[in-house]
Amino acid sequence: MTEPVLSIRNLTVEIPTRRGLFKPVQGVSYDIRPGEIRGVVGESGAGKSMTGNAVIGLLDPPARVSEGEIWLNGRRIDQLDAEQKRRIRGGEIAMIFQDPLTSLNPLFTVGEQLVETIQLHLGLSSSEAQSRAIALLDRVRIPNPEERFHQYPHQFSGGMRQRVVIALALCSEPSVIVADEPTTALDVSIQAQVLDLIKELARERQVGVILVTHDMGVIADTTDEVTVMYEGRVVEQGTTSQILGAPTHEYTKSLIAAVPRPQVKLHRFPQVSYGGRETAFKIEDLARNWDRSTASKSGTLVEVKGLTKRFLAKGAILPSQRSYFTAVDDVSFDIKDGEVFGLVGESGSGKSTVARMLATLYPVDGGTVTFDGEEVTGMDAKQLSAYRKQIQMIFQDPFSSLNPRMSVGDIVAEPLVHHKLLSRAEIGPRVRELLDRVGLASDAYRKYPHEFSGGQRQRISIARALATQPRFLICDEPTSALDVSIQAQILNILKDLQEHLGLTMLFISHDLPVVRQMCDRVGVMRQGKLVEVQETSALFEAPKSDYTRELLDLMPRLEQLSEEQIAELRT
Amino acid sequence: MNRFLDSDVFYAFRTSPVAIVSLIVTVLMVLAAVFAPLIATTNPFDPASLNLMNGFTAPMEPNAFTGESFFLGTDDQGRDVFSTILYGLRISLFVGVAAVMLAMVIGIFLGLLSGYVGGWTETIIMRAADVQLTFPSILVAMLIFGVAKGVTPVEYRDQMAIWVLILAIGLSDWVQFARVVRGATLVEKSKDYVAAARLIGRSPLTIMIRHILPNVLSPVLVIATISLALAIIAEATLSFLGVGAPATQPSLGTLIRIGQGFLFSGEWWILLFPACTLLVLALAVNLLGDWLRDALNPRLR
Repeated sequence: MTEPVLSIRNLTVEIPTRRGLFKPVQGVSYDIRPGEIRGVVGESGAGKSMTGNAVIGLLDPPARVSEGEIWLNGRRIDQLDAEQKRRIRGGEIAMIFQDPLTSLNPLFTVGEQLVETIQLHLGLSSSEAQSRAIALLDRVRIPNPEERFHQYPHQFSGGMRQRVVIALALCSEPSVIVADEPTTALDVSIQAQVLDLIKELARERQVGVILVTHDMGVIADTTDEVTVMYEGRVVEQGTTSQILGAPTHEYTKSLIAAVPRPQVKLHRFPQVSYGGRETAFKIEDLARNWDRSTASKSGTLVEVKGLTKRFLAKGAILPSQRSYFTAVDDVSFDIKDGEVFGLVGESGSGKSTVARMLATLYPVDGGTVTFDGEEVTGMDAKQLSAYRKQIQMIFQDPFSSLNPRMSVGDIVAEPLVHHKLLSRAEIGPRVRELLDRVGLASDAYRKYPHEFSGGQRQRISIARALATQPRFLICDEPTSALDVSIQAQILNILKDLQEHLGLTMLFISHDLPVVRQMCDRVGVMRQGKLVEVQETSALFEAPKSDYTRELLDLMPRLEQLSEEQIAELRT
Repeated sequence: MNRFLDSDVFYAFRTSPVAIVSLIVTVLMVLAAVFAPLIATTNPFDPASLNLMNGFTAPMEPNAFTGESFFLGTDDQGRDVFSTILYGLRISLFVGVAAVMLAMVIGIFLGLLSGYVGGWTETIIMRAADVQLTFPSILVAMLIFGVAKGVTPVEYRDQMAIWVLILAIGLSDWVQFARVVRGATLVEKSKDYVAAARLIGRSPLTIMIRHILPNVLSPVLVIATISLALAIIAEATLSFLGVGAPATQPSLGTLIRIGQGFLFSGEWWILLFPACTLLVLALAVNLLGDWLRDALNPRLR
């Protein structure tokens, strides 16, 4: 076995705060050998990024390494002064950040940024550096590297930009690359390409890679070794097949079990029950006094015909001079009563725009929306108010969907107050009941949103959405901002709602395994157009369009696990 | 209350000596102004209590004619400078606070409106703000003051002077509130909680007041504090130029104007004490505003 290029020994990071020392990383140790990719996985707040930052010496003060050692190529680097650390950073250790939008300087061409880095670290002449930069761009598979060399970052797409960032990381011929969630901001199809590239380059150049991620699929696809972190500590580490195939620690087991599978449809999502954070959801109580409205006349609740939305791309005073970007182009589908209809697609495919048009948040530019036999487009204010009472929406970002200056009680009460559904005296008890039913403690009523975690906030959102007893719930990526364990809880709540209350749902997601578990029928969107609509199982087994097939192929899977192993993990 | 004592802002306050000192100074000034009739030895607004023979008495020295002694001396009319400063402080603070309130109300309303509604409403309001910013605010205030003085009957002029001052300073100062509120509104508007409120069916006015307003208030608080210092100075400037508070109801600015006429004839105390009071007050309020800006902006911490 080769010598490790980087070893971390018993690393502890501490941050002094007003309330004493906080240790986000405690006693972490691992090695990275040349050409090896080590995945560091865990939930948000597990200390995985903090470990990476400690390695490259980019801890934000007052955070500091309080214990442990970091060795790079046989040299101890954690005690170097700022100047020496700076020389190592970007030299022997390079970094790939999550957001390719912000990690390139928008004022310089891609070529200038590459040449500058190459000259700084390798001391080549500018013509040598330039040819080297072009070779690197070619190596990360950017088409027409000679031409692209002179372009600015904004002329590249997200995936292309991340390739440039990788090229930039390779400039100095580093021995270690720290990649912090390098594909989280990218679409599935691009994610697969970027991961393949990282894998290939690591082998080819014998670079050790620390890949920080929260996504088990990425771990399974890409890494050789895995470190699982929980609350600042390493709970388990080993080779990827060993960790995924035969995890020994309870937390790892629950983490793997919580990943939604695309292959089979389960009744409920397995929940991560580690740490006792699972809270009960009392759906039966809610069903008891749920005013079940009569089913729609035709069996179809929502009908969308030729829906179109254009956004102004270039404004002008003369209408003939204006140009538009068509975000949603002639989309038609219907949602049956009590059905969960999924809408999948990559970012920019127009799925959220469809949701917002259904919710009357965006005006419709063409086509019609019919709800329970009545046309929504063209309703007057009074009819709209009645419509709004029957639909509700759960938003993607739990941090922006609750007003930070309103107490949770007021937030949940707002729909009741507005639609005058209950008298003043009845509202309080009703809100408490709703909060209780989504599994929040009774003192939540007086608290403010910032006192809650992402998953709890999403529960508050659900409580608010249920307040008016809607018939139709629009879920716009309700779990994409959440950790996998919390995701399972929220999805289970939504599933229960659908089953026990007969709610009809539009479920929007880019995550195919989740869609597989949640939806009865699925529509696939691409560039504003609906590519195909099928029953979920049919779509996953026999996709009609090439695009859907492509999406399905690119989905990261935990394929190293057999079905029996998964079943075993669940018990 | 416990929540406040535990908050980061209070912690930042407790650990900042500058903030503590400036708050104490500001509070003392406000208390002195509010309780001026109890603290002051004479009532400078009451001509009957003045003795012209007491004019130009130096501080802490008995007057040559009457033998009376004054803590900070007297002015040309025989008014006790200490009492006049207290009453002047009262007027200065009142005008400052009221003018900032007026500017704040106008600015918040127009800022919310232009940020939330957008389109032509926004264009008109913000262009009007831009036009106003091209004039120095003291000039705008003088213009408004001049017009207002022209339309009020002569016999009411002195009584109305204070209110006209408030109007003039308030109207010249709304722009920065409107700009900040508009910017913050644009950010808040795109957040999902606003979408959620629209989905419930809330009217634009309710959304603006109940949802957006509370979320844009912290920058407003900062500007209001800094504006207060500027408004006090603006009032002093106007009064110094002779277009502000009348000599019968002198503000700090008026006192400085009166005092500067006697500076070179040796009666320095008539100018120095009101000027120092103004300096300390404006400095304390300004430092408080600066500190508040830093404390409420987590990026600067």
